[in-house]
Amino acid sequence: MPKRTDIKKILIIGSGPIIIGQGCEFDYSGTQACKALKEDGYEIVLINSNPATIMTDPNIADQTYIEPVTVEFLEKVIEKERPQACLPTMGGQTGLNIAIEACDKGIFEKYGVELIGADYNAIKKAENREEFKAAMKKIGLDLPQSDFAYTVEEAEAVADKLGYPIVVRPSFTLAGSGSGICFNRDELLKVARLGLEYSITTEVLIEESVIGWKEYEFEVMRDTKDNVVIICSIENLDPMGVHTGDSITVAPAQTLTDKEYQRMRDASLAVIREIGVDTGGSNVQFAVNPKDGRMVVIEMNPRVSRSSALASKATGFPIAKFAAKLAVGYSLDEISNDITRYTPASFEPSIDYCVVKIPRFAFEKFEGVDDTLSTQMKSVGEAMSIGRTFKEAFQKGLRSLEIKRFGFGGDGYDEFFGEKLNTKEKLVQFIQKAKTDEHIKEKIMHYISKPKADRLFYLKFAFYAGFTSEEINKVCFIDLWFLENMRQIVDLEMELLHISETKHDSSSRVVLGNQSALKNIDLYLLRKAKQYGFSDKQLAFYFDTTESKVRKFREKSNVTPVYKLVDTCAAEFKAYTPYFYSTYEDEHDVTPTQNKKIMILGGGPNRIGQGIEFDYCCVQAAFAFKEMGFETIMVNSNPETVSTDYDTSDKLYFEPLTFEDVLNIVQFEKPLGVIVQLGGQTPLNISNELEKNGVKILGTSVASIDMAEDRNKFKKLLHRINLKQPANDIVYTEKEAIRAANEIGYPVVVRPSYVLGGRAMEIAYDEDFLVKYMKTAVSLSDEQPVLIDKFLENASEVDVDMIADGTIGVVGGIMEHVEEAGIHSGDSACVIPPYSLSPAIKSELRDKTEQLAKELKVKGLMNVQYAIQNDDIYCLEVNPRASRTIPFVSKAIGVPLAKLAAKVMAGAKLKELGFEEQVHPKHFSVKESVFPFIKFPGVDIILSPEMKSTGEVMGIDEDFGSAFYKSQDAASAQLPSSGTVFVSVKDSDKSRILPIAKRLHEMGFNIISTKGTASFLSEANVPVEPVLKIAEGRPNIADFIRNSTVNLIINTPNGKGPMLDEAKIRSLAVSFQVPCITTVQAAECAVMGIKAKQEKGFKVQSLQEYHLNKNAEKASISL
Amino acid sequence: MKRAMLVLEDGLVFEGESFGAEGEVFGEVVFNTSMVGYQEILTDPSYKRQIVVMTYPLIGNYGVNYDDVESSIPQVEGFVIKELSPVVSNYRSKQSLGEYLYDNAVPGIQGIDTRKLVTHLRDNGVKRGVISTIDLDADSLLQKVINSPEMTGRDLVKEVTTFESYQFDETLLPEFTWPLLELKKREVFNIVCIDSGIKRNILRKLNQHGFKVTVVSATDTYEDIMSKNPDGVFLSNGPGDPAACDYLVETVKQLIGKVPIFGICLGHQILALALGGQTYKLKFGHRGANHPVMDLETRKVEITAQNHGFCVDVDSLDSKDIEVTHINLNDKTCEGFRHKRHPLFSVQYHPESSPGPHDSDYLFERFHQLIKNNQASGQKV
Repeated sequence: MPKRTDIKKILIIGSGPIIIGQGCEFDYSGTQACKALKEDGYEIVLINSNPATIMTDPNIADQTYIEPVTVEFLEKVIEKERPQACLPTMGGQTGLNIAIEACDKGIFEKYGVELIGADYNAIKKAENREEFKAAMKKIGLDLPQSDFAYTVEEAEAVADKLGYPIVVRPSFTLAGSGSGICFNRDELLKVARLGLEYSITTEVLIEESVIGWKEYEFEVMRDTKDNVVIICSIENLDPMGVHTGDSITVAPAQTLTDKEYQRMRDASLAVIREIGVDTGGSNVQFAVNPKDGRMVVIEMNPRVSRSSALASKATGFPIAKFAAKLAVGYSLDEISNDITRYTPASFEPSIDYCVVKIPRFAFEKFEGVDDTLSTQMKSVGEAMSIGRTFKEAFQKGLRSLEIKRFGFGGDGYDEFFGEKLNTKEKLVQFIQKAKTDEHIKEKIMHYISKPKADRLFYLKFAFYAGFTSEEINKVCFIDLWFLENMRQIVDLEMELLHISETKHDSSSRVVLGNQSALKNIDLYLLRKAKQYGFSDKQLAFYFDTTESKVRKFREKSNVTPVYKLVDTCAAEFKAYTPYFYSTYEDEHDVTPTQNKKIMILGGGPNRIGQGIEFDYCCVQAAFAFKEMGFETIMVNSNPETVSTDYDTSDKLYFEPLTFEDVLNIVQFEKPLGVIVQLGGQTPLNISNELEKNGVKILGTSVASIDMAEDRNKFKKLLHRINLKQPANDIVYTEKEAIRAANEIGYPVVVRPSYVLGGRAMEIAYDEDFLVKYMKTAVSLSDEQPVLIDKFLENASEVDVDMIADGTIGVVGGIMEHVEEAGIHSGDSACVIPPYSLSPAIKSELRDKTEQLAKELKVKGLMNVQYAIQNDDIYCLEVNPRASRTIPFVSKAIGVPLAKLAAKVMAGAKLKELGFEEQVHPKHFSVKESVFPFIKFPGVDIILSPEMKSTGEVMGIDEDFGSAFYKSQDAASAQLPSSGTVFVSVKDSDKSRILPIAKRLHEMGFNIISTKGTASFLSEANVPVEPVLKIAEGRPNIADFIRNSTVNLIINTPNGKGPMLDEAKIRSLAVSFQVPCITTVQAAECAVMGIKAKQEKGFKVQSLQEYHLNKNAEKASISL
Repeated sequence: MKRAMLVLEDGLVFEGESFGAEGEVFGEVVFNTSMVGYQEILTDPSYKRQIVVMTYPLIGNYGVNYDDVESSIPQVEGFVIKELSPVVSNYRSKQSLGEYLYDNAVPGIQGIDTRKLVTHLRDNGVKRGVISTIDLDADSLLQKVINSPEMTGRDLVKEVTTFESYQFDETLLPEFTWPLLELKKREVFNIVCIDSGIKRNILRKLNQHGFKVTVVSATDTYEDIMSKNPDGVFLSNGPGDPAACDYLVETVKQLIGKVPIFGICLGHQILALALGGQTYKLKFGHRGANHPVMDLETRKVEITAQNHGFCVDVDSLDSKDIEVTHINLNDKTCEGFRHKRHPLFSVQYHPESSPGPHDSDYLFERFHQLIKNNQASGQKV
C-alpha cells in the first residue's frame, strides 16, 4: 500500500532530556522519522523539551515546540496544531507513557488524533506485565515463572513460593527503574517497596531468576501487509542479571545454531504479531539456559529503542526511518534499501563483521553509589566498534570508551585493586605472581563473581592467574565463546611480552635499545596483533618504546589498516552508502576521492560532561560543509548519535577517536583539514599530536587552545587585557597545595588540569579537606598538575558564547546562571537574556569576551565563564571550542551558531554569513539540568563543582517566571500550585529565604520547617508548622515525604555526604519524586514560576513562531 | 600453523591457515551470506563439487551436533572462512568444526580476507578454485585449476542420489517444531521423492505436514515411480547443471499431468526444462538466508533460504500454460511457478530452510492441499 493521503499533519513526541536509559538514540530516531515523513510531504509537528537535539532544529520539523513533554503541554500543542495523527514510538518510554496517559485522558479522541506506529492496546499489552504474560502464554511461549504483587506483603509471598534469588520488575518504568535482583527477604522488601513506588500502576512482577542465562535481543519490523523481518540479532556478553543497556553486547548472535536462531526468530515474529504492533520496529528479549537450551521470553518494547539504534548502526539498516514510513502506510517492499539502492527494504541484513557495544559508566561522580551492575540501568553512554573478528571489535571498543584504556589491558593503565601495573616490568612481575599466589587468585575470582564496570579487566587477571575459561565461566557465567576469545588476546599478549623479553635477555639493552626488540617481532605476528585489535599504545608498552616508534615501524612494514564497508548484505550487492570501519586485511572497499574534504571528529561515547550537545555541533558542521560544497567525513564511535547516521555526512568512519585511529583515516583520506573544536574534549585531547604529525587543524589554532588551557599563559593573557581572575596557583605536590591555598585564602576551588565536566573538582574550605583531595586527585590525572583557585563566595556566574572569524567576534548569548558560582556550569540553570545584570556589566562582558577572542585568534566558537562579585567581573575559564550551551543558545536566539562556526572554520567570514550583531531575543529561555539521581538511590543530590547532570531541558516563554516553570516541568520537577512546602535552609541563607517564604505563604502554600528555620520564620511573622528531623523521632519529615503530604522541598545544604540527615531527606525526595530545590536562587525563581502559573497559565509557541518575525532575515540566511 | 592456499582460475591467490583436513581439492568457489547454519550448509548435497566461502567471518562457534545435518556427511569440497572459533559453545555440540572436517577429509582455509574474495566473485562471477595444503606454489595450482572441470554442463545428481529407495520417517526435533501446527488427524498422503541430492529437512518437513515419504533414485524411471502408486511426486534440490540431467527431465515429462508434483530448487529447474523451458547460469548465484521473495498472489514478502547457481529463464516458459507465482525482489528472477492446467508447482528457493527462516512453510501445506484437491476432483491416476 502506498502512503496514506488522509493524513496531512503528524505530531511526533520526542523523548525529552537525556537521562540514564534514554540517551541520544531518540534524537537519532526522531530526526530520522521527521526527515522521512517530511520527505513524503507530511507536515511535522514536534514536541520535545531537549534543546540539545538535532530534531529540535527548526529545519527538521515544520513546527517545533520546545515545551515540556507532559500530557498538559501535549494537549496544548494538539489544540493549537490540530494534527491528524500522532507518532509516539520515536520518543522512547517517555513518548509511549505520555501517549498512554493522553489516551486514558481522552485527549486524542477529543481532538480526533489517530495514534500511528503502535496503538493503545499494543502498547498496553507489551508494557503491562500481566497482559504481556498472558499474551505470551497464548502463543505458546515459555516465560520465567512469575507472579504479580501489588503490595510488599504479596511480593514476599510470591518470592517465597518461587524461591530466591528472584527478580523484581515494576510495570511501566523506563530502563528498569526500581527493578532489582534479590537474594534474600531483606533485599526483597527494599526493592519491592521502591518498585511499587516507581510503577505508575503500583504493580511489580516477582520473577524466577534466570541470572546467568544467555541473553539475546532481536530487532523486528512489521508492515501493514504483515511482512515481518529481523533486522539484527544481538547476544549479550554479560549474561542475564545485568540490564542490557549496561551489558557489553555483540551483533550478530554468536552461539546459536540455525535451529536455535530460527526458533528465536519465529518467536519474535509471533510476539510482534500477538502484541499487535501493526507497523514499525520492536525489540524482543530472550534468555536461554546454557545447559539445556530452554528459551524464555523476557520482554518486548513496541517502539524504537537503544537497541534498535544500535542495530541500525550495526547493520546499516535505518530502523527508525523505515518505521516512520511504515507508520504512514508503506510496506517494506515499497521502500528501497538506501545502501544497495536496487534491493527493497523487505530483507534481513547479513553482516560480515562483528559489532561490539560497550557501556560507559560515571560512578566516580557519585559518592556512595552502588556500582554493582544489575537489572536497573546505570550507564550514561556507550561506544560501538566494528571489526572483522570479535577480538578486534572488542579491543577497539575498549579504546573507544575513552576511559584511558587502549585495549584489553596491557596499555600501562592496568590496576589490580589499586596496585598500578604501569610498566612492563610491573606487569610481568604481576603475571608471575598471580600464577602462584593463592591470595591473589582468590581475590580475582571473588571480584569477577559480581558484575561491575571494570570486571572485564579482572577477567584478564584471572587468565594471568592461570584459570581456564571453564573455571571463569562457573563464577561469572560469561559464555565460553567470549572468554576463549579473550584468552586468545591474552595468549597473544604473552607471546609479544615473551619476544620483547627474549630480546632483552639476549642482547645488551644499552647498545641495541628497545627498538631492536620491536624489530625482532615477526611481521606475521605484528599483523596478527593488529588483527586482534591491539593498539600501537599497547604494542609500545610491551616493547618499552613509544607509540610513534611503533607506528613508524608498522608503516615501514606495511602493516596498515584497510577500510571495509558496512553494506547490509555482506558484499552480495554493490553498495552506495559510504559507511566504513578499519581492519587489518588485504583490500580496501573504498577509494578516496580527489574532492576537497573536511574531516569532523565527533565526541565519542556520551558521558557526564560531554553529551549530545557536542554531537549536535558536529552534525551542524556536516550540514554546513555540505552546503559549502566540501566532502564531509565524520569520525565517531557513538552509536546513539545523529552524527553516526550515514545520512549525515558524505562519509562515515565508525572508529575509535584515538590518535592512532584518527591519524590512520587522515592518512588515507587526506582531508584539507580536521575540525577538533566541536566534539568536546575528546578531539581536543589529540589535536596536539595530530598537528605534530602534519595534520591541519581548522579553526582556532592548537597554540591558542593551549594558551587557554595553560594556566601561566592564560594568566598573562588576562593580564594583558586587564581582566581579573580569581587568585590562583598551579601545584604538583601536596605541600605546594597547602602553601598555595594559604596564600590565596580559603575557600579554594581545586581541580586537575585538562578535564571536562568538572571531573574531580571540589571546593576546599579548609586544609584537612585539601589534603584529602590531593591524595586522591593527583593520582587521578597522573603527572598532570592540580589547579587551585580562590572560590568567590556569593558571586553570580555567567557564561558567554561567542563566535569569531579572526576579524570580528559576535556574542551568541550571555547566560546568567540561576545558581551561584561554585556549582558546575553544566549543572546550573541559566537564562537568556540575563535577568539581573546591569547594562554596564553586560556591555563589559561583551567587550572582554571580544578581546579574548581577538587575543586567542579564535576562529570558530569560544565559551567564557565569568563570576560577578560586587560588580567586579572575574574570568573563570575560557574554552576556545564549542560549549555545551551552543545548541541552547542557538535555539534561544534563532541562529545556528555551530553551523556558522563550521563555515567560519572553513574560511567564511561572519559578514558574508550575515551574522554581525548579537541577537537580543524578547522572550526568555531557561536551560535546566537533569540529573540521574533516581537511578542511584541514597546518593546525595546537592550540586557542586563536579558536574552530575546527564541532560538538559529548555523552557521558553515571554516572561522569566513562565519560562522557568516550564523548564522545571520539563525536567520532571513540576512545581506545585498549592499545598505544602518544606523549608529548611542553612544559617547563611536564612535572610534570603524570608521573602521567599512570605510569598509562598501569600500564594496559599502551607509551610513546614525543622526547628531552626521554623523559629526563624515565625519570628519574622511567617506562619510555619514545625516538623521533626529524621533523627528527632516520628512522625518526621521523612514520613511526610513518604506519605506524599509534602509538595515542594527547599533545602539548602549545610554539609555534604550521603550520611547526613538532610542528604537523606533530599534523596528521599528523589525517590518519591517531590521537587527538591537546593539553592536559594532556584527557590526565588521557583516562586516566580509558580506565580506565573497561578496568574495566567501557559501558552505554547513553536520555535519557528518565536523566531519568524524577530530574526526573519537571519533565519533565512542560516536556518 | 599449517599453511593453506586458495587459488582461483583467474589467478587470484589467498594464503591462509589450514584447518580441518589437509589435502588438495577443486571446485566451484561460491559464497553463502547466512550468518548461522554452517553445519547445514556443509552437509547440503547441492554444494557437491563446490568450495563454499562463508561471508560471516566467525565460524565454528557452536560446533557440530548430530541432529542438524542435511545428509550424513559434509558434501562441500572445501570450506573457506575468516576465523575458526577457538572454542565450541553450545549445549548440543558433539564435536568442533575443525575435528568434524578433519574426520570427513574436508580441507578448510582460514585467516584470509574473505570479503575481498566475495567482492571478487560478486564482480567477476563464480570461479573454479583449488584449496591446497600440499602444493603451495600459486602458479602450479593455477594450472591445475584451469584444467579442472567447469560446472556448466555437468551432471552431479548421479554423484549424490540414493542407490536404493527407502522410507524416511525421521521428524523434526520436538523443541524446534515451534510454532506448533495444527496437523493432528489429517489425511496422510503417500508421496515419492526423487532424490537428486535431497536435504533431510525437506523430508522431515514433508513428514511433519502429513506425507508418507518414499525416497527414490533420480535415475528411477517413470514406471518405477508410478509402480509405487504415489498420491504425489516431489522433485528435490540437487547440485550441478540441471540441463545436464536429461534422464531426469525425461522422467518428469512423463509424470506431468499424471500426478501432482512439487519441486524445490533443482526440482524446480528440472520441471521447467520438462515443460519446455530453459535454464541459465547466474553470475554468482543466490546463496543465503535473507532473500526477499514475493508471492504474487498474496503480495506478501517472505524471507527465504536460497542456494542455486542456475535459474529458470522466465521468457522460455509458455505463458499460456505457466504462471509465475513468485519472484525474487532483489533481482526480479523467477522464484516459483505453477501450471495452469496440471496439478504442479515449484519454487527455486528452500521452504524447508535449514539454514534459514521458516516463512515459506506454507508451501508444504499448499502441496498437501494440491493433492487433496486433485483427489477430490477425481483426476487421480
